[in-house]
Amino acid sequence: MSQREKRESDLERELRDHLELEEERQRDAGVSEQDAPYAARQDFGNLTRIKEATRDMWAGQFFERLGQDVRFGFRMLWRSPGFSLLAILCLTLGIGANAAVFSWIEGILFRPFPAVAHQENLFALTGTTRSEPGRDDVSWPDFNDLRKNSTLFDSFIADKIMGTTLSIGGRAERATGSIVSANYFDALRVHPILGRGFAPGEDSGRNAHPVTVISYQAWKERFQGDPGIIGKTQRLNGVQHTIIGVAPEGFYGTFVGWAMQFWVPASMEETFESGGYKLEDRGARWIEGFVRLKPGVTAEQAQQEISAVAKRLEADYPATNRGRGIKLWPLSETPFNGAHTLGPTLRIILAVAVFVLLISCANVGNLLLVRSFARRHEMTVRVAVGAGRPRLLRQLLTEGLILSGIAAISGLVVANWCRNALVLFFPLRGGLRVYLTAQMDGRVLALSAGVCLIATLLFALVPAIHTSKIDLAAALRSEMSGVVGGHGKSTIRSSLVLIQVALSFVLLVAAGLLLRSLQGMQSESPGFSTQGVLTTAVDLFGAGYEPQRAKNFQDELVDRVKSLPGVESAAFARFTPLSLRSPSSAPIGVDGYVPPPDEQPTVEYNEVGPGYFETMGIPLVSGREFTRDDVETSPLVAVVNEMMVAKYWHGKDPVGERLQVKGRWMQVVGVARVSKYLSTRELPTPFFYVPLRQNFSSQSSLNIRTSLSPETMAQELAREVHAMDAGLAMYEVITMQEAVNRATSAQQAAVTLLGIFGGLAVLLAAIGLYGVMSYSVSQSKRELGLRMALGAGTSDVMRRVLSRGLTLTAVGIAVGAAAALGLTRLMGDLLYKVKPRDPLAFGSAFVLMMIASLAACFLPAWRAARTDPMRALRED
Amino acid sequence: MKEAYKDRIELLQGTLDLMILQALRGGPLHGFGISNVIRIRSRDAFQVPTGSLYPALHRLERRRWIASSWEMAKDRNREFKFYRLTPAGKKQLAAEESKWRQLADAIARMMHPAEEV
Repeated sequence: MSQREKRESDLERELRDHLELEEERQRDAGVSEQDAPYAARQDFGNLTRIKEATRDMWAGQFFERLGQDVRFGFRMLWRSPGFSLLAILCLTLGIGANAAVFSWIEGILFRPFPAVAHQENLFALTGTTRSEPGRDDVSWPDFNDLRKNSTLFDSFIADKIMGTTLSIGGRAERATGSIVSANYFDALRVHPILGRGFAPGEDSGRNAHPVTVISYQAWKERFQGDPGIIGKTQRLNGVQHTIIGVAPEGFYGTFVGWAMQFWVPASMEETFESGGYKLEDRGARWIEGFVRLKPGVTAEQAQQEISAVAKRLEADYPATNRGRGIKLWPLSETPFNGAHTLGPTLRIILAVAVFVLLISCANVGNLLLVRSFARRHEMTVRVAVGAGRPRLLRQLLTEGLILSGIAAISGLVVANWCRNALVLFFPLRGGLRVYLTAQMDGRVLALSAGVCLIATLLFALVPAIHTSKIDLAAALRSEMSGVVGGHGKSTIRSSLVLIQVALSFVLLVAAGLLLRSLQGMQSESPGFSTQGVLTTAVDLFGAGYEPQRAKNFQDELVDRVKSLPGVESAAFARFTPLSLRSPSSAPIGVDGYVPPPDEQPTVEYNEVGPGYFETMGIPLVSGREFTRDDVETSPLVAVVNEMMVAKYWHGKDPVGERLQVKGRWMQVVGVARVSKYLSTRELPTPFFYVPLRQNFSSQSSLNIRTSLSPETMAQELAREVHAMDAGLAMYEVITMQEAVNRATSAQQAAVTLLGIFGGLAVLLAAIGLYGVMSYSVSQSKRELGLRMALGAGTSDVMRRVLSRGLTLTAVGIAVGAAAALGLTRLMGDLLYKVKPRDPLAFGSAFVLMMIASLAACFLPAWRAARTDPMRALRED
Repeated sequence: MKEAYKDRIELLQGTLDLMILQALRGGPLHGFGISNVIRIRSRDAFQVPTGSLYPALHRLERRRWIASSWEMAKDRNREFKFYRLTPAGKKQLAAEESKWRQLADAIARMMHPAEEV
């Protein structure tokens, strides 16, 4: 006999003995021979329950009972595979969606650099400008002073993303890299697998240390994993660099969204950044940075200290630092990389995933209710033979946990498949590697487990509400009557469907709003032509051209391109609107405009070639655009936009007035319409243009107004460029419309995901509604039969059923609409020129929901109409 | 029959443990014996429900304050499951007793403040 069996039989014997002795006592007290056993029983109580309560005291009983429950639970699920499969599918969807979004958020916002240890201590570092929102870069001298004068920081890391031409053999390719401070790898605690990271001091001295660390990927793909790579040289931007290290696999640099292929020390800045040598210029702000706090230091303390240092710098160097501060950002709010672009989108998607989870819980709760009806007899019997209510609840919870446990595992598998799904929304852009990967770490797993538990509580207890209403006597008397909580249950089911309809409606409204604003963004004129204008680039800087040679090259290329059939005009410009590059910015001065104290008006601008406005289709309101006569030796000129006119000249036409840029006076020769510069969502902002010749950059984009397709143009252009210099790398040629679309990819991702989830939600809600309607039709067969026998036609019956379903939907929509009115305001960041209460979005969500519920109710209604009155009445 | 029970007192939480340990002080007893002792000593004030007695016995045994074995009963010719105090149980009983006395004293002082010296 096993120990368990022995314990069990001992208990049985012990209790029987007690009962026997009690009987004896009753007889001794004078109770009659026949009545004694009855009296003893009466005093003794329910044997099964006493056993149950006693067993609870045994060691290890908890696990034994759990084992029983789990086995029983699996048996029950196995017995109704259709139900189990549907429930698991619903929950997989809900839990999987949440797990996927958690892992995206973890991998993009909270732990974006998988190979870097202790990311919780990392913060992003940027400059700020008083009176202007947003952020600014940091200059190298400021960066060094911050590092020297603060005590709470483990390290300061400078990091600046840049593109370059990587020439291997005769082939020139585009590559993305970073200019970093020498402590970069040490501070991140990333150890090169070959060679070394940068040595202290390698980030100082003008062009003094042409060394580079390459990425694992670059090593494998471009250098075929050459084990002897260390010490070899590689031409980067025309300068030979010695390869001193290979970064470990899984380290992609520190720019969320892009994978870096190489790193160079800050001393090489001049080779990779146009605009000259900046390491000694406190006014040249170009660094994006990170800091690592010492353990135990809070973000507030760190910010306080660094603000104090910035304040001192402001006092010491008023000419360059007036009105400038320094700000620390949590990694998840880093303002200069993909975290910033994707943050709002991910927030919305998280809310959506929670909605989908709630909807699927409601659905599974509904399924369980239907099944609990089928199991009512089992439950009733179990209560009758002495199963305590806690025991029943535990059984229900165990079954729920089995369901959601299986669903959680499959959900995590699904989430794992979706790891790289976000990349799909951000297509490869000539030579750049998109890197957006989810992170499935302990935190994500723990959170998903938590979601799974909460979900279980939500749906598994739905039938429990109803089980607790079991009326023993009534249920045992007639199991056919179906009165067990009959009415209460249909109320619960209807309210579950109502919740589903309401939640799906909110999702549909949100999807509609996003779609409307995306359409708005893509169709609204950005202020330049999107049709018939192509943009590309020729990187003469990377190819090592001297400025004069680059100028000649640009002039000749523009002439050659213009003479191609189908080309109207062409112009170079340093900055392409809505591209990844940022425009230049400079402190300005205007006669008669007195800035508030402590404030240095700073405006962004673009260096453009002759014919730029004509090519881009940016209208001039007054004056002229730049011509080939605006050269280095002629007077400095500028074209300002209307917002500048409004702000600095109080709306008076400034043509002929002066504008001071970085201390140089220029004559305003024209006024241009406002267009979009950095983002499709930006508000009209001041901006101006200067001639490329007078402010030269050999890293420029080429814009072409033509009727030719981008593919044809790319071929023509490659032929012209290679005729002049065969060693130049070509960039991809895209339409400006494509550039606008790319700038809205975060919105596109949000719309697509919301569309998918919204569709799923509506489907789930329709299934729920269908379930409730068919159930109620089957329950009221008698009533329907009676009505038909009394002369109601098929259409009357159908109308009755349909109107019940649609009423349920309508109430759900009303609740959903009320919720949506409150919730859509939270989408502010993602909406563009669409009111959160947009009637079109609400209207179409209403129509969609109604159509879906009509479809869901139609089948039950049709079935009801075909009820045979005679048979329905004869049944039961 | 119901009349006989009207002076019964509802058991306080934890009091049952104390009473079981106290009942076993006189020597080993089976479950029915324990409930008998409690009833008789309390002059019918406490009737321990079986549904509380056995879980309590098994709990005390798991805590090793009492031990059990199947033994021949003196007055009849068959085995019963007898419980007896362990050394740990005796210690526990002493502790519980003094705690109980403090509580009883405190309540008595509350009820009869005049008697305080």
